[in-house]
Amino acid sequence: MKRRTFLKGTVASGVLGVAASAGLLMPRMVLAAWPKAAFDATKIDDGLNALYGSASTAASGDIKIKAPDIAENGAVVPITISTGMKASSIAVLIEKNPSPLTCSYELGGDTVGFVSCRVKMGKTSDLIAVVKSGGKLYSAKRKIKVTIGGCGG
Amino acid sequence: MAKKKIRIRAKMKGGVAEVKALMSHAMETGLRKNKKTGKKIPAHFIQDVTCTHKGNTVLVASWGPAISKNPYLSFKFKGAAKGDTVTISWADNKGGKASADAKIG
Repeated sequence: MKRRTFLKGTVASGVLGVAASAGLLMPRMVLAAWPKAAFDATKIDDGLNALYGSASTAASGDIKIKAPDIAENGAVVPITISTGMKASSIAVLIEKNPSPLTCSYELGGDTVGFVSCRVKMGKTSDLIAVVKSGGKLYSAKRKIKVTIGGCGG
Repeated sequence: MAKKKIRIRAKMKGGVAEVKALMSHAMETGLRKNKKTGKKIPAHFIQDVTCTHKGNTVLVASWGPAISKNPYLSFKFKGAAKGDTVTISWADNKGGKASADAKIG
C-alpha cells in the first residue's frame, strides 16, 4: 500500500513538473496528451487518479455548481462551475455515467474560475466538480435528477 | 450554405472578457446503437478545445463523449480589451478540426 501511494505521488509530481517546465499550457503538448485513460475509467477515483494523479479531494464550499435540480432531458444538461479560488484546472465527473469523467479544463493564468457547458447524463446521478488550486484538489457535489436518459435517446 | 462549425461571441463585462461558443458536432458516444441495423454507431466526439487570446492559451478543454451534441462552452478571462481577437479551435477523435475567431465587443 505504501509503495502504491509512493508511486502515485511520484507520477503526480512528474506530471506537474512537465506541465510547469512547458510553460503550463502549450496547446500542442496538451493536444498530444488527451487523457484517454482518465476518460475510459469507469470509477470516479480511477478517473481522478489518471487525470490528476490523486483521488483525494477536500470538500469545499467555494465551488458553485449551477445546474437544474431536475433535468428534463438527460442529453442536454446545462451546467456551470464557478469558484473564487485561483483554479488551474476544473474537472466535471458524473457518477452514474458509463465513464464518469465528462470534461476537464486547464485554465490559463488570467482565466477566471468559471466554465459553463452542456453535458449528457444517463440517469439521475451526483455531479462532482473538482477544482485544482495551488496543487490541491477540492470538490463539490450536486445531485441532478434525470427524467429522460441521455444515452440512446 | 456551409454550416459554420463554431460560433463565438465575446463581450467585455466589468473588465472581464466573457466568451461564449457554440460548436456544431454530432458528439457520438460510441454507446448508441443504430436502431435499424443493431450495430453500434462509432464514437465521434470533440476531444480538445483550445482557446487563445493574443498568443496566450486561456483555456484548454479536454472533453469526453458525455458532452452534449452541438457543444456549448462559456468561460471568462481577464487582461483583454475591446477589439481583441479570441480564437477557438477544436479537434475530434477522428482527426476532424475546426477553428474560428471573434472580436471582443
